[in-house]
Amino acid sequence: MATETKSFTCVQCPMGCPLTVTLEDGVVKGVTGNTCPRGAKYGAAEATHPERVVTSLVGVVGDHHPVSVKTAGPVPKETVDAVLDQISATEVRLPVHIGDVVVRDVAGTGVDVVCTKSRER
Amino acid sequence: MGVRNLSCDVLVVGGGAAGLSAANAAADKGAKVLIVEREGELGGILNQCIHNGFGLHRFGEELTGPEFANKDEVKVEANPSIEVELGCSVLELAHDGDRLRATVSSEALGLAHVSCGAIVLACGCRERTRGQINIAGGRPAGVYTAGSAQKLINVDGALVGKRVVILGSGDIGLIMARRMTWEGAKVLMVCELASEPGGLRRNIQQCLVDNDIPLYLSRTVTQVFGHDRLEAVELADVDPATMRPIPGTEQRVECDTLLLSVGLIPENELAKTIGIKIDRATSGPAVDESLETSVPGIFVAGNELHVHDLADYVSEEGEVAGRNAAEFALGERKAGTADIEVVKGENVGGMTPQHVTGSAEGVTIRFRPRKRIQGAEIRVTSAGELVKRARRMIVVPSEMQTIELSADDMAKVTGPIEVSCTPVANGKKGA
Ligand SMILES: Cc1cc2nc3c(=O)[nH]c(=O)nc-3n(C[C@H](O)[C@H](O)[C@H](O)COP(=O)(O)OP(=O)(O)OC[C@H]3O[C@@H](n4cnc5c(N)ncnc54)[C@H](O)[C@@H]3O)c2cc1C
Ligand code: SF4
Repeated sequence: MATETKSFTCVQCPMGCPLTVTLEDGVVKGVTGNTCPRGAKYGAAEATHPERVVTSLVGVVGDHHPVSVKTAGPVPKETVDAVLDQISATEVRLPVHIGDVVVRDVAGTGVDVVCTKSRER
Repeated sequence: MGVRNLSCDVLVVGGGAAGLSAANAAADKGAKVLIVEREGELGGILNQCIHNGFGLHRFGEELTGPEFANKDEVKVEANPSIEVELGCSVLELAHDGDRLRATVSSEALGLAHVSCGAIVLACGCRERTRGQINIAGGRPAGVYTAGSAQKLINVDGALVGKRVVILGSGDIGLIMARRMTWEGAKVLMVCELASEPGGLRRNIQQCLVDNDIPLYLSRTVTQVFGHDRLEAVELADVDPATMRPIPGTEQRVECDTLLLSVGLIPENELAKTIGIKIDRATSGPAVDESLETSVPGIFVAGNELHVHDLADYVSEEGEVAGRNAAEFALGERKAGTADIEVVKGENVGGMTPQHVTGSAEGVTIRFRPRKRIQGAEIRVTSAGELVKRARRMIVVPSEMQTIELSADDMAKVTGPIEVSCTPVANGKKGA
């Protein structure tokens, strides 16, 4: 049986608790260092399948000021580069509104990329 | 052509997180409000903070900066009691009989006077620049403050550089390390003069560890090289005792961009035009628990009061300042009669309020710890008697601490209030 520990900072809130996750054969056996249950949940997930919300910019046709965007939910950490590549290849036309989808199912993650800023012009 | 005259109950200077929530709170109290914002849009620094991590306390969800700003902007725009002047700067404040007067200037208005009953100052903060730290060498292009690089990239869509060194581990520097990596640049390292990181722990994890960017503590940039464009920087280790570079540890690193994230200072030039008293520890105006400055009727909130790490608390302060400003302007305010000093005890750096007058029900004390303590106790005492205490798992200088005193707590106050933040007694294993 292979026991393994992973240590990292909880990023679920600014407290930034130092988490230690114990894994046995890749299965989470315990999380310590967390102050609240969200930290335990995050610690278990981060140790087995880490995810990130990606924020970036898309170009605007005919204007050099970009529009800010985010993935509508977290995407697997190993897909972040592919997500960024697809976002940077995307351009939008104004007007845009907060929540407008600019890329569907980005990099095959099943997650959409949405605007985080409304702009009429 | 004469100078135009405008009038309102409450003038809000600055349309960032603090100003927006102040305006909404003042209007909710029945005041006629004018927001004057220098930039072409509302939102302040939130517009350039396109990362997420805003609003967890206030809205219970994690938002990006522009989304957080939008929540308050929508309310401002829908409120007929609030007017907004964009692209308009407040230049000077003065007394005007029993009212206050601001001199403002914009392309649309020219020079104008705003007569008002009360003012909320919410001008935010500015970044320390290269002139305020010690770096030898010429003035090549490619040296930016982290916040100006953030604005160039995120708002103006400019490309800043490809091989980047970041000096200072404040939050803006950390956020920019990730942003530039994600935009395709190579961020070589973050150097920090102090022996402790300056930014939030979660930003170190998410921005540096996630992207394999090394953080070197007790290290600084001593020199820049390059004529037109930056070509390299010289780094050196720093002696933590003297904070000076250690001879013989110099190292040259080739790069085309240096970002400086070496501190923020409240923007209080405007406050000084009317003689508002400035606190040396926070570099912002000294205030009472209503966030009223030394000039009656002028209130202050957000980064102009005290540099904050969380927008949620900035908004909270804006609400307090806005509500009290409205009550002042409408003649409904209960003036404080006491003058109780709030004293910085052990391990307490910049702290607000600086004094308590009895003008509000309770008191919200916010301060920065001077050093990191794992297993800390915040103690509030008055004339040697305990008023309130609270435990914290960990306190660090980069995270502002808040402790609330209720009306009942305040009843125990008999003299100056002292706040300290020390290790929990016998708490060695508590970490
Ligand atoms: C890089 C960075 C990352 C951050 N990350 C987070 C985070 O993840 N989570 C979080 O909760 N918080 C974060 N914060 C903190 C938070 O965003 C800020 O503390 C908050 O938005 C500041 O609001 P403010 O209203 O005090 O100042 P500002 O937003 O700076 O607003 C001040 C406004 O006043 C205007 N102004 C100034 N002088 C004048 C004048 N004379 N006349 C007219 N207008 C004037 C300015 O143009 C500006 O719009 C971050 C801050 C930065 C800089
Ligand atoms: S464990 Fe809970 S309190 Fe600690 S950082 Fe995570 S979410 Fe915040």
